[in-house]
Amino acid sequence: MTEYPVSAFFLFLRHRLTSLYAPFVLAASCTVAFAQGPSPTAADTVKRGEYLARAGDCIACHTKPGDKLFSGGRPMPTPFGTLYSPNITPDNETGIGQWSADEFYSMMHTGRSRDGALLYPAMPFGAYTKVTRADSDAIFAYLKSVPPVRQPNRPHELRFPYNNRQLLIGWRTLYFHEGEYQPDPTRSVEWNRGAYLVDGLGHCSMCHTAINALGGSSESTAFEGGLIPMQDWYAPSLTSNKEAGLGDWTISDIADLLQKGVSRRGAVYGPMAEVVYDSLQYLSDDDVRAMAVYLKSLPQHGGATSGSNGNVSREERGLLFTLGGKIYQAQCASCHGKSGEGKLPDFPPLANNQSIQMTSAVNPIRMVLNGGYAPGTARNPMPYGMPPFAQSLTDDEVAAVVTYIRTAWGNRGAPVSAKEANALRSAALY
Amino acid sequence: MLRRTVAVALSCLVWMSMARAEDRVGERAPDTMEARVLGCAACHGGHGEGTNNDYFPRLAGKPAGYLYNQLIAFRDGQRQYPPMNYLLAYLPDAYLRKIADYFAAQRPPYPPPLTPAIPAALLARGEQLVKSGDPANDIPACAACHGAALTGREPGIPGLLGLHAEYVSAQLGAWRYGTRKSVAPDCMHTVASRLSNDDITAVAAWLAASPGPANPAPVARGSLKLPLACGSEPQ
Repeated sequence: MTEYPVSAFFLFLRHRLTSLYAPFVLAASCTVAFAQGPSPTAADTVKRGEYLARAGDCIACHTKPGDKLFSGGRPMPTPFGTLYSPNITPDNETGIGQWSADEFYSMMHTGRSRDGALLYPAMPFGAYTKVTRADSDAIFAYLKSVPPVRQPNRPHELRFPYNNRQLLIGWRTLYFHEGEYQPDPTRSVEWNRGAYLVDGLGHCSMCHTAINALGGSSESTAFEGGLIPMQDWYAPSLTSNKEAGLGDWTISDIADLLQKGVSRRGAVYGPMAEVVYDSLQYLSDDDVRAMAVYLKSLPQHGGATSGSNGNVSREERGLLFTLGGKIYQAQCASCHGKSGEGKLPDFPPLANNQSIQMTSAVNPIRMVLNGGYAPGTARNPMPYGMPPFAQSLTDDEVAAVVTYIRTAWGNRGAPVSAKEANALRSAALY
Repeated sequence: MLRRTVAVALSCLVWMSMARAEDRVGERAPDTMEARVLGCAACHGGHGEGTNNDYFPRLAGKPAGYLYNQLIAFRDGQRQYPPMNYLLAYLPDAYLRKIADYFAAQRPPYPPPLTPAIPAALLARGEQLVKSGDPANDIPACAACHGAALTGREPGIPGLLGLHAEYVSAQLGAWRYGTRKSVAPDCMHTVASRLSNDDITAVAAWLAASPGPANPAPVARGSLKLPLACGSEPQ
């Protein structure tokens, strides 16, 4: 079994960098390159670096929306204070203009900055450590090629004691394992490529593995899902068929979800919509398929129990279901179908949709309150949108309709209470 | 015989599985902009006519350039209203342009004018500011930029009718305090900063009490010279 990245800490970060080639894949492509003629030009390397930077989603944290590319300064609220991403343009004074490729690789690989400072694990070095030297060099060449922006880094605003970087030594001992991705020779080239992308540049486990009170995530619970701190979205388990476990998904449905943003099984919203918009839509069909193959192979186990009544009494559950059914037929059925079958892929199915039935009801409650658009992508440039109902439904009505969709048509989610619905009215939206 | 039975059974199976595959295809979402902007309809109405909520504005008939600028500003966070920022965060420019074009082309009826809840003298002040401005205080008439019929002007200046007074006064306040901004020179910041609180109440009430225009089309681009420079309406 391959080793999972232990990343997290400040989870809500969503970067994704690239994909490494497993050494033997590299060897294969080198052979092809030699057979075809001269080695790749500098322009080729920059182009490959741009692709890898997309796979690593550097832009999500290192560019403020609407601001200059990679100029940093994006605030990242965490339970420990606010971090500000640094400027990674090639400006000599405020960016990485004076860095060497060695120093860049060392930062990616060890989580130490050029001056030796330990990086906060908002930078997913626990995943990026798996990136190969060749890929790191290509990303660096690309970053050196973008327009330099003079913008000094904004100091982090972390509370005591988290502002003491020496504490990170302990954190690293517990949660950081340095080392490039080692391919599993018992698996296919495609599987290894997918593992390299998911566990390395993709840094998927930053959100899809729960973090503990120390802001660390344990390998033993890799990809088992968790609430994303500060964002109040639930990143579902990728290892449970009861959540977003992909055991019974087809490869093309998984690939559609990742690359297109919608699929016949469901669509992405919230933080995952950002990942698709900034990163995954740009990946090649082959790479997305490799990720799908790897994700589908993750061991499926346990996961959340469902079908219980949660915090809701049996009588209350009956009342919620009856009221919810009426609201559903009046407000939801025209798009999602009388029996939750949806109009695929644009109006997602609700029946047999794992994300509706998960133990955490955070995502379905949020969708009812705030609606949402799937991301606009190359393969789905004009997505459909779900309207918000926060202003037209009471807490009781939201609880009722979410209870209904979680328990109707054979769905096995637990009912939700008005209190749970109310708590998410004040969740951060943006 | 047996062979034929098997063949028939097999072809039935093939046919059944094909039929089932067809069932699975099911009904598709309508391939229309109207269906795609259902996410907007709950607050702005299916055709952008607005709703009873005081703070969700009418969109229909506003110039596409204006609507596009607002969509971009909400998406990128320059104009802040979290429910809008959230909905638009991951939509590309080309699609926002289509959404703007859709609402700009809509012509739903205007709502009945609202009975103003302010004194007649203040309402008269509102009418004066809208139609003639206040030259002594260097305040141009709303109509000088937004068109004599207040239907806006291509490409970037919105129409002012069919909006609730609360929305108009909230926007004027936001322009004044800089929480709503435009590309420099920010003419609405300049104008709103010259208005008193009473002026804002008066203008908003008079606009909300006015009936919809006979012809809702915005004024053509460049047909009038603006009384002051506006970054969002290049001359």
